[in-house]
Amino acid sequence: MFRRVFQLRNSFGNVISVCKSCPSHQYSKCLSKYSTASTGNHGLYEINLDRRKLKTPGGKLFTVPNEALAIAVATEWDAQSGTLKFYTMHLTTLCNTALDNPTQRNKEQMINSALKFLETDTICRLPNDVGTVSVNHTLICIFSVLLHCRYNVTIGSSSSILGPEIPQATKETFRQHLNSYSLWSLTGLEFVISQLKSILLSLGMVDRYLTVEQAVLLSRLEEEYQISHWGNVEWAHDYDMYELRARTAAGALFIQLSSENLTVKHKIMQD
Amino acid sequence: MAGLASPLRVCRGILKELRAMQGPSYKRSLAYSYVMDQFRKNKVTGERYCRAQQEALHASHTYLCLLASTRSHQALHNLYHAKGECSTEEAAGLVGLRLPTQPGGKGWEK
Repeated sequence: MFRRVFQLRNSFGNVISVCKSCPSHQYSKCLSKYSTASTGNHGLYEINLDRRKLKTPGGKLFTVPNEALAIAVATEWDAQSGTLKFYTMHLTTLCNTALDNPTQRNKEQMINSALKFLETDTICRLPNDVGTVSVNHTLICIFSVLLHCRYNVTIGSSSSILGPEIPQATKETFRQHLNSYSLWSLTGLEFVISQLKSILLSLGMVDRYLTVEQAVLLSRLEEEYQISHWGNVEWAHDYDMYELRARTAAGALFIQLSSENLTVKHKIMQD
Repeated sequence: MAGLASPLRVCRGILKELRAMQGPSYKRSLAYSYVMDQFRKNKVTGERYCRAQQEALHASHTYLCLLASTRSHQALHNLYHAKGECSTEEAAGLVGLRLPTQPGGKGWEK
């Protein structure tokens, strides 16, 4: 199989054509060192790899509305050496999902699936353990107060298996807030929520109350407590933590870049 | 609430990650020119405190976290999970055994 890929490369010169039948770990990269982002139609940005335009797995042309996102995706492709490792290219994956929408979901379905995480939200379950009643507990309390001010909702907490009662008004507030995001931003937000298993932490991070590291720490609070008690296993705990951080950071960046508007106002010289 | 590092530190961190990713020619990459451009543009203006500075700082901090954690994850993956299966000799060597050899070769070998 690998030899066949090589023959394909030789017959087409320096260009690799990605065929769907080959498993991805056998692709060898023969791209130029610098992937470039260029402006295509309607102010959208495209990615060129070796003078060929990047396409999504669904066959569409890969276009993003934002220059920063295009440069970040091009940097991801540049970082690949040897074989293509798609599991490290989080922004590319997110863009592909947003462009192709393979499961054909609309905004309503995405918001419903996001709100399902509200009942079992991570930070609404405060454990009774003495060890976690510390800085992290204080952080959660401060965060709940901030959420209250921002969204005008009260987030209860519970240490039983049933979880707190979420009033319908709270759900409606969040539904309306989520409705204000575009489809692209919702794709990113759903990704972050499914990683952190918490809608509140995700919104807190998007609203810049929390950094990525803090959000990941709060999401893994129970695990961190167990690590502090029993010890850290690098090839499992650190591995998972870095992967979670990378995915969450990619999602957060994706949301911010998809929903930002840049305007420049020039100061006028006054005589 | 988010205790962010100073812009200088974040900028240095991002450039360090780009250099680790792309080697000594990182200064010619698109990402380098864009990042430097953004950091220069978003300095606090003379008039008043810009909200955009905190937004840009948070975004740059997020990007630094993305680059750093992707690299650490990749390094851990290569260290612990990328070796694949070991050969028969290595597997035998794990328990202190060696593979049997037959000096005349087996019947079907030439």
